[in-house]
Amino acid sequence: MKLSLLVKRIAFLVVVIGIWYLIYAMNIFEDIIFPSPTTVASALYEGFASGDLFSALGASFRHLFSGLFLAILFGTLLGVLLGKSREADETAGMYLVALQSIPSIVWVPLAIMIFGFSEAAVVFVVVLGGTFVMALNVRSAIRSVSPQLLRAAKTMGVGGVSQFFRVEIPASVPYFMSGLRLAWAFSWRALMAGELLSNGPGLGYSLRYAQDYARMDQVIGIIIIIGVIGAVVDQVVFSKLEKNVMKRWGVL
Amino acid sequence: MFLAFDQVAKRFGEGPENRFEVFSGIDIHIEENQFVSILGPSGCGKSTLLSMVAGLEEISSGTIRLEGEDINRPGPDRGMVFQQPSLFPWLTVRENVMFPLKKRMSKKDAQARADHFLKMVHLSKFRSNYTYELSGGMQQRVAIARALAMDPKVLLMDEPFGALDEQTRHILHKELLSIWEDTKKTILFVTHSIQEAIKLSDRVIVMGTRPGQIIADFHVDAPRPRERDDSYVISLEKQVMELLEKEINKVLKEELDDEAISTS
Repeated sequence: MKLSLLVKRIAFLVVVIGIWYLIYAMNIFEDIIFPSPTTVASALYEGFASGDLFSALGASFRHLFSGLFLAILFGTLLGVLLGKSREADETAGMYLVALQSIPSIVWVPLAIMIFGFSEAAVVFVVVLGGTFVMALNVRSAIRSVSPQLLRAAKTMGVGGVSQFFRVEIPASVPYFMSGLRLAWAFSWRALMAGELLSNGPGLGYSLRYAQDYARMDQVIGIIIIIGVIGAVVDQVVFSKLEKNVMKRWGVL
Repeated sequence: MFLAFDQVAKRFGEGPENRFEVFSGIDIHIEENQFVSILGPSGCGKSTLLSMVAGLEEISSGTIRLEGEDINRPGPDRGMVFQQPSLFPWLTVRENVMFPLKKRMSKKDAQARADHFLKMVHLSKFRSNYTYELSGGMQQRVAIARALAMDPKVLLMDEPFGALDEQTRHILHKELLSIWEDTKKTILFVTHSIQEAIKLSDRVIVMGTRPGQIIADFHVDAPRPRERDDSYVISLEKQVMELLEKEINKVLKEELDDEAISTS
């Protein structure tokens, strides 16, 4: 990143926090609904220092990774099936789109009724949040493999199963990466929805706990953490990975 | 006969109304080590014919035999180079050339063989590069090396230089001829460029359209390298040009008539 860009971005943040502080200093709102930036910062510091936020983050990532892992697994299997079999896609494809359009928070009551107020319920919501978008992307990935590459492989005696593993799978990697990125984003949102209504532990649960005790400083602090993690993982992990893959695969 | 087409036809669709015949009654006999071009206007089915030899396209009737064996599916005895290089972007240049060799020989032998053919197309320096780092002409040379690495009996080329600029095409013509002289492969080369066909081949087979059929078969008896201003080359070009013009006019006239009918 260019230095001037970094400076601009930091300056922007400073201005936003400045305005925030200014409004706070004018005493228009009560402290309890409008804490100062310093109160939020110290709430964050306390949370991390006491280890509460670390254990909440640890629990959240545990839910996320087990849910995301299963979502990628199921989504990939489902996507390959729909991508390879026209029959399966014609029969079930449109239901997949319907399922994908359901907001993940809708699954929470269902999850709680099946699994109770447990971590399994949260993981269940995360799995549903990521599976369908993964499946849709893997389906497109398999379908968009260039027929020209398949023809070329055939002339070299590579067909059938070995064609699937040596051509179709590697050729699908760019779309697969987009699928991963979306599955992560959807799962992250689903995780927060699930945890908000759970009995903990987790970042979403900590957020609701803070709300229950009317700790606006903690509420804002946790929202900031959620936003930062979402942005960092997307930018540092997935965007970079996707860009590199796209370049190597000649898609860019 | 080395490669023999007997009464080969291609039809699409079923029933008398929907049936569309691309070509029929194709008889071509090609000797080993010959460089044969198939020339024709677009729509005559020349690429379809080539795909049949590759085993990618079903033969509706008739037979194609390579050294007496019926062709009905792809096989390593026929290597194909397409208009698009069709390389695998996730593999390096060398891995692309090794692609057809996997399971047929040890990795070490495959590498040695890939390097040998990459040297032949003057790309040794680029063997560790990925394909997006290469120009179109270089990519097509990798595709040629990959086809040769299978050691096919016939090299099939479907307008391999059609997407390249004039300069690059010229260089690749020279390279292809020197490869052909070194390896003595039988080459079946599809093109719509009269100059290209005459410059490269021992034999130019001209196809007509509607219905697709062979309308002429020229033997090019001029020493290589052939220059464009050679009087023999010029007169041959003219003969082929006249033949093709008739074909193209026929197509145009039909299309205009169709339009007149559909608008009246």
